[in-house]
Amino acid sequence: MSSIVHIALSKGRILEESLPLLARAGIEPAEDPETSRKLVLDSRDPDVKLIIIRAADVPTYVQYGAADLGFAGKDVLMESDGDDLYELLDLKLAHCRMIVAEPDRLAARDDPRNWTRLRIATKYVKTTRQHFAAKGIQTDIIKLYGSMELAPLVGLSDRIVDLVHTGRTLAANGLVEVEHIADISARLVANRASLKMKHAAVRALVQRLAQAVQ
Amino acid sequence: MPGKDRWLLPEGIEEVLPNDARRLEVMRRAVLDLFHTWGYELVMPPMIEYLEALLTGVGEELDLQTFKITDQLTGRLMGIRPDMTPQAARIDAHYLKRSAPTRLCYLDSVLRTRPDEFGGSREPLQLGAELFGHAGPESDAEILSLMIATLALVGVENLHIDLGHIGVFRGLTVGVGLTAEKESELFDALQRKARVDVESLLASLDFDARRKAMLMALIDLNGGREVLVEARKQLRDAPAAVEAALANLETVAENVRRQSPSLPLYFDLAELTGYRYYTGVIFSAFVPSYGRAIAHGGRYDGIGQAFGRARPATGFGADLRLLARLIAVEQNYTGGVLAPYDDDAALQAEVAGLRAAGERVVIRLPGVAEAADETGCDRELVRKGGKWVIKAKGEGQ
Repeated sequence: MSSIVHIALSKGRILEESLPLLARAGIEPAEDPETSRKLVLDSRDPDVKLIIIRAADVPTYVQYGAADLGFAGKDVLMESDGDDLYELLDLKLAHCRMIVAEPDRLAARDDPRNWTRLRIATKYVKTTRQHFAAKGIQTDIIKLYGSMELAPLVGLSDRIVDLVHTGRTLAANGLVEVEHIADISARLVANRASLKMKHAAVRALVQRLAQAVQ
Repeated sequence: MPGKDRWLLPEGIEEVLPNDARRLEVMRRAVLDLFHTWGYELVMPPMIEYLEALLTGVGEELDLQTFKITDQLTGRLMGIRPDMTPQAARIDAHYLKRSAPTRLCYLDSVLRTRPDEFGGSREPLQLGAELFGHAGPESDAEILSLMIATLALVGVENLHIDLGHIGVFRGLTVGVGLTAEKESELFDALQRKARVDVESLLASLDFDARRKAMLMALIDLNGGREVLVEARKQLRDAPAAVEAALANLETVAENVRRQSPSLPLYFDLAELTGYRYYTGVIFSAFVPSYGRAIAHGGRYDGIGQAFGRARPATGFGADLRLLARLIAVEQNYTGGVLAPYDDDAALQAEVAGLRAAGERVVIRLPGVAEAADETGCDRELVRKGGKWVIKAKGEGQ
């Protein structure tokens, strides 16, 4: 069978931080992925091809074997339903935190120990539900696709669950962090069947990436 | 429901149309015949039964996978079987009560509340073979060989076999005082080969560092045959149960290698699929075009306990619908002979003779135009000089 290894990458911040890492592992795209309209890019290594997709789709493509390996944020992995992926490496890229935030005027008199039922706006529905369910707290979740910080300002929700990098967007919108859910970084995920059937090729590539992570 | 969506089927439920149905049936018969030649007796457990009976001795996962309805006769809750393995185990433990090894097989529909994969079937056509009453690696090897033979028979190509052993993980975690919750987290992280998660989890636990290092080593113990050699080196300080598990795994692998020398065997000691259920060797089959296992099995001793008789057990299963979908063959199962509608005794004798020989003969009913023929026949019976002869269809008289 073919020994070409496909790596799924997503546009945006992960890609920006991934390219230097890939370069250290000897993988360079033959053209600029940010500007190219191609979705499958050749790399300078004839045995490695890159697939450029949306971040949230990386687990799906890898799980179904359209890509053998993928760079995916831990946030995306926690949110995806698949339990069929290997998470071989912490790539130590795109670090951020997933947190619960609320308006500072609410925070002034709020005590998380008294939470019983929360109205939360988030992009991370599954993770939010699981996080609070584990603590026995009911949640009404409003699914949004972006700009979560707006929701408490206009009264759509009381609190939000979102990723923060520096915390500046939160502060600019009068929100404060009240609870930490998880530390997030990009992970190297692998298709189970690929690791078994293209064992030598995939494992060699994973080793090159592991060295490049340092 | 009014409107156009009145014909829509529920998600994950499919209607199998003539050509595909014929193909599935041909595969089904071939598989059952193969099982028969290996000495596996066919059983037909019920589609529906009381929930307690159906879910005795199985995990919570299967409970969630079970459709439930109330029995109008008794008011008790009934479940539609999501898996036939526990039913087969019950038949062995409760009804047959043989002391010798018992080989059972089955092939029928099961129903699941959720598909195993996105867009997958909720009504798999589950085929399976189980061997009860023998604890040695020879019976595991027999089941694995039967799985390989079954997949080869239905036309699966480029098969890869993945082998693991639950006893390695169990042996390493025994006696270290893991709570069920922590054990489950550790199992989950190992299963994902998520080194960072395993590391942080082990760091939070308080037991022998040597044991922790051996658990970490499992993540990298995957690959060809050399893995077993490497495992013996890295796990040499492990409890005796681990060495026994490795020896058991090796015996099964050697046995299969002798029978199918060219088949790629892959070992993965952190492969723990179904670990709550399996107790010994586990194996799965992979093909290049599909990211998941297409068949899997292993040893699950003790399942009969709930039915009053614990018996060693090993078996495998697969979904025939999935296999049919993955094996892309353009095969047309129609063809046959079209015969006119005619009272002539000679014609009727000819038709009966052809049918007795296994030929497909379709009668063209009176009043149906030739152009409207959708029977798929490629030949026809025509009268020639007072005799009925077969000609290729469309040829002139």
